Amino acid sequence: MDATLLERFDKDNIVVEKLDDLINWSRANSQWYFQFGLACCAIEMMATAAPRHDLERFGAMPRASPRQSDVMIVAGTVTLKMAERVKRLFEQMSDPKYVISMGSCSNSGGPYWQYGYHVLKGVDLVVPVDVYVPGCPPRPEALLQGLLELQKKIKTETPLRKKA
Amino acid sequence: MTFADIIKFVETKAAGKSSIIEGKEVILVSPDNWVEISTLLKNESKLDFDYLMCISSYDKGDNKTYGAAYNLFSTTINHYLEVRVETEDGTAIPSVTSLWQAADWHEREAFDMMGLQFEGHPNLKRILLSEDWDGYPLRKDYKEPDYYRGMPVPKDKTYWD
Repeated sequence: MDATLLERFDKDNIVVEKLDDLINWSRANSQWYFQFGLACCAIEMMATAAPRHDLERFGAMPRASPRQSDVMIVAGTVTLKMAERVKRLFEQMSDPKYVISMGSCSNSGGPYWQYGYHVLKGVDLVVPVDVYVPGCPPRPEALLQGLLELQKKIKTETPLRKKA
Repeated sequence: MTFADIIKFVETKAAGKSSIIEGKEVILVSPDNWVEISTLLKNESKLDFDYLMCISSYDKGDNKTYGAAYNLFSTTINHYLEVRVETEDGTAIPSVTSLWQAADWHEREAFDMMGLQFEGHPNLKRILLSEDWDGYPLRKDYKEPDYYRGMPVPKDKTYWD
């Protein structure tokens, strides 16, 4: 909450706000992400979570189980053997769930685009992707921006009403 | 021992069972003689190749000749040797898992990628690809499938809907 709002409510008071916005605010700022390190992008994801870039200041903390996580960061090359596992893990996550596709491999197949017989040409073929983060691998700043873009997207949702 | 010494020693112990590839310091062995030669290389105290560093597989390009290259090292005598075993028409190569435990996964990889058959291997099945994969990807005549379990595997997306 910004400072002006806090000044207006420095004593006990009632806040009037749309419930949609409140839910979105809480959802967007507690994006617990599913650790999904498939390849070298995972190293950058670890660097993002480490103290220098500190992903946790945005409320995103790593969870080792799909049942506890809200967003799946697909960090790395999705092979055809792994693709079915990715899909199954996505299905095990509870709603609302989001997917960040991190890096060229996960976006489109990356360097395996032309001759990779074993690589899925984009994780969007098996799971719905919300945010694509380009790069090979993306810098931690790029992943941070990807998370902020996802937060922006979440804040436009209307969870209590039917989707338009 | 140098390569020439190793060759001379192998020839005295097992004459005519191996040959040298022209221009390379590599021994070529046929699958029939591989059991005898590998046992000799491992157990003979003057050679003492106790460390199998790698098994690579290769395709000669005529769609029937495939080979396995064994890189051996002796930690006691400090010398190297490369041995190649070539097969034609899918003949099995004797497994060396009983001599070098390291051969287990290497032979499985050679089977997975190049389709080499290893006779006497305790658990010869695919190690990297999934079990229902069709074909051997590192062969020169390999054609990738259009779909794998409903997921498209083409080179470009131009004809995708």
